[in-house]
Amino acid sequence: MSGFANEVSSSPLSFWSYFMDHRSADLQLLWSHTWLSVVPVVLGLVIALPLGWLSNRFSWSYPPIMTVSGLLYTIPSIALFVLIPPLLHLDQLSELQVPIALTVYSVALLVRVVADGLGSVSEDTRQAATAIGFTPLARLLKVDLPIAVPVITAGLRVAVVSNVSIVAIAGTIGFQNLGNLFTTGYQLSSGTSPYYPPIVLGLVLCVILALALDALVILAGRGLTPWRRAARG
Amino acid sequence: MIRFDNVTKRYPDGTVAVDSLDLTAETGKITVFVGPSGCGKTTSLRMINRMIEPTQGSIWLDDRDTSTIATHELRRRIGYVIQHAGLFPHRTIVDNVATVPLLLGTDRKKARSDAMDLLERVGLDRGFAKRYPAQLSGGQQQRVGVARALAADPPVMLMDEPFSAVDPVVREQLQDEFLRLQDDLGKTIVFVTHDIDEAIKLGDRIAVLRVGGHLAQLATPADLLARPADAFVAGFVGRDRGYRALGFSEGHELPHHEEPTVRMGETAPAASEAAEWLLAVDGEAHPQGWINVEQTAGREVTEELLYRGGTLATQGGSLRAALDACLSSPSGRGVVVDENHRLLGSAQLDEVVQLIKSEPGPAGADGDTGTGTGTQGTSGATAAVLQKGPA
Repeated sequence: MSGFANEVSSSPLSFWSYFMDHRSADLQLLWSHTWLSVVPVVLGLVIALPLGWLSNRFSWSYPPIMTVSGLLYTIPSIALFVLIPPLLHLDQLSELQVPIALTVYSVALLVRVVADGLGSVSEDTRQAATAIGFTPLARLLKVDLPIAVPVITAGLRVAVVSNVSIVAIAGTIGFQNLGNLFTTGYQLSSGTSPYYPPIVLGLVLCVILALALDALVILAGRGLTPWRRAARG
Repeated sequence: MIRFDNVTKRYPDGTVAVDSLDLTAETGKITVFVGPSGCGKTTSLRMINRMIEPTQGSIWLDDRDTSTIATHELRRRIGYVIQHAGLFPHRTIVDNVATVPLLLGTDRKKARSDAMDLLERVGLDRGFAKRYPAQLSGGQQQRVGVARALAADPPVMLMDEPFSAVDPVVREQLQDEFLRLQDDLGKTIVFVTHDIDEAIKLGDRIAVLRVGGHLAQLATPADLLARPADAFVAGFVGRDRGYRALGFSEGHELPHHEEPTVRMGETAPAASEAAEWLLAVDGEAHPQGWINVEQTAGREVTEELLYRGGTLATQGGSLRAALDACLSSPSGRGVVVDENHRLLGSAQLDEVVQLIKSEPGPAGADGDTGTGTGTQGTSGATAAVLQKGPA
């Protein structure tokens, strides 16, 4: 590996040729990075929906739920990665510890967003829906949640992008994702001559991935809210 | 029929919003709950569809105690219209209107085509169907709100200040159309408002509530104006009761005399040949306004010369309109027209007053005390205020 490194330029801008030389390995890293960024957000949303509903429905539960979720988010990611296996009786290097940690972060972010999104439904609309004869569940699914979509979408964008960066941290402790490129770059550097290409490649791919996922969330949000564009137009 | 049977609503903090209310809203009629804020009118309304549960007593829908019906079943049979319409912002207009039929299991296609018909019925173009609520004005949204409440053809409608949030011109339009619609539909309606004029205009019967949720009086609008039950009701019903009561006295044969006219476009006669004020009409004898002969002699009668302040009294209409026609006319002669707005002639103020005096009851009595001194002066002064010359 190090002999190979000597043959190519160590300039930051030669990340492209580094990528072409290690294409299949790098794409593998990108792919697992993508999954690790997306799946926990989806799981996080599924868990945050009932919690957010609860804290919106029963106002006494809002402050404690928000405090706990805020505290969860302040736990440093490395600490959480390390804490999860003993807490959940998993292997020290279980495949699950990173997705679980990321799901915790996603829940922490999304609970507030779901609660505030449901809270954004106007009192008039709420009242009309009830008076018209929606059952509570039907009202939640057909009125409250659809109207909450713009607020929830805004939260999903933050969650998915922050996950892309937290996943990279998991890469530095040995999990397979774009974070490995940083470790590789660090290992290939020697004292006075840093080796930039894999580090820059990791950065570029992370940014591209974050932008792409963000765009997907925006598109999905737009698809679900044709009424917002009509209102502006 | 909706019947309140000794209904009380007491909140946990001890506040009594509605106190032992006994009241019946008749089938096919508009019953208006009116009163100052805190009188429990909205609370009473919401207890009908169990948005609020009574602490005591029961509410009956025909012969069924509403507390024995599942809330969502009950509500789907009761149309509900609120102040800001409360439309679903994420649904198109047609889907907003079709909401209840869809909840009741009507097939989507039929629900939508029925909704389209309803939109027309409440005076909205079908072109609005595919728009979203935010693209409509407040008045238009309120029409959609009414259409949505009517969509499942419920026998009962509850309306909570539905016209309060729109401007006065639109409000009057909506009120008129609402009355026209009710003439066709004959729903049992409970209507909440804080506006006594709206109550008098719309109600078949009016329930005046006082703070603390007591029923102060339940009466027809005419009775309410003529015989307020106590000082509170009298104060709430407000000024001009005698004058407004004349609005319910209809069907009189108004006396009228031939009124000289000039046609629009013709030349106004010289001052010596006519009275001070001359009525201008169009080719089909529809009154257009008055001209002051001294100022217009020899000139062609055009729009700019007209005094348009005078109101018209329709033959067979209310005494209020007849009196107003006299008071608002610069000549002191009230213009009387037939149902097609064609000129019949003019009536003198004292003739209308005689007619009012011949009325039985407090309306006539009120008329009696209000006249007798200086009718001419009153007429002249009112004319001076109402009319503004072309200068």
